[in-house]
Amino acid sequence: MSGANPASTAGTGGGCGAPAGGVSASAATGTPGGQAVVEGRVTREGAPVATGYARLLGTGDEFVAEVPLGDDGGFRFFAAPGSWTLRVLAPGGLRAERSVETDYGHVTRVDVTI
Amino acid sequence: MSRSDVLVDADWAESRIGTPGVVIVEVDEDTSAYDKGHIPTAIKIDWKKDLQDPVRRDFVDKTGFEALLSERGISNDDTVLLYGGNNNWFAAYAYWYFKLYGHEKVLLLDGGRKKWELDSRELSTDVPERPKTDYTAREQDSSLRTLRDEVVAAIGKRNLVDVRSPDEFTGRLLAPAHLPQEQAQRAGHIPTARNVPWSKAANEDGTFRSDSELRSLYEGEAGLDFGRETIAYCRIGERSAHTWFVLHELLDLPDVKNYDGSWTEYGSLVGVPIELGEAR
Repeated sequence: MSGANPASTAGTGGGCGAPAGGVSASAATGTPGGQAVVEGRVTREGAPVATGYARLLGTGDEFVAEVPLGDDGGFRFFAAPGSWTLRVLAPGGLRAERSVETDYGHVTRVDVTI
Repeated sequence: MSRSDVLVDADWAESRIGTPGVVIVEVDEDTSAYDKGHIPTAIKIDWKKDLQDPVRRDFVDKTGFEALLSERGISNDDTVLLYGGNNNWFAAYAYWYFKLYGHEKVLLLDGGRKKWELDSRELSTDVPERPKTDYTAREQDSSLRTLRDEVVAAIGKRNLVDVRSPDEFTGRLLAPAHLPQEQAQRAGHIPTARNVPWSKAANEDGTFRSDSELRSLYEGEAGLDFGRETIAYCRIGERSAHTWFVLHELLDLPDVKNYDGSWTEYGSLVGVPIELGEAR
């Protein structure tokens, strides 16, 4: 088993909640640093989807994390390295899914059109 | 208690908007969601600013809780309907907190803010004015909350339910994946704990799974002994409040405590046992 990711000492207020769009990677760390970041935007017909949710799922659809989309349709996760599924939910039963690969020190960009 | 005594659906909530004696409260860690739009007539409680002591690492005390509810215009007789983001984590925490201080009529909105939004129901930016009250709380109910010494003593004796994600449980991550990694000094879990992530208790839209699904999840899959006392924990005590709600309020187990110190405290204690990897 690898050790826990020691990358960030940046404060986020100490809570567990998911701010809309996710915590800013640059605000939290300055750079992706040692973090394995997954981020992107959700759009529909060219416009940002500001009401909706991005979920990060592991193998076997195991729930990992969820953030409400930001005003620009944005989302961001700080994951462990590996393979993930990104699922987007929006009003009207809209949904989309993408496969994502992550690694420490990388920002994986996933833009989703629904 | 049964599910219908503690949990209501969005139709019920919608039909009670503006009903005297029913106070709808949105609870979040980040209250900017409330500011952008909330269930009409809802007031807000900020999980951190309103419910945590600004100096000591603890709750606001009884006097502080009384002052908060009086200022927000909540009476002892009111039915308080709680909802929030993050699949109701902070609303479930507030539910537990209201029970801790003895509020009688508390309800949780099934699915919380997410279900309300995904249903495209009305949101308002109007902030209601409620006349101040003179709220009286009870002393904290110690049967609902546990502190670190009781947790260490419970290793191998009670059900310990770690409701964090599998990666946090095994020690791969220190915090949920939507946050930068930080907080506790050590990763891992409390020995003998079973990992039942809070998310397994919820459907994709944030509503709770059925009682029979929940029973088979905890008793069947996770192997909890429902005849034993149970302690739930996570990282800061709000996801475990969600599981406390499931076990104590929906499944009606008599002795379930939330360890709100959770991994942030336990993983920084000197000299306590920690396990890494899968549950043994």
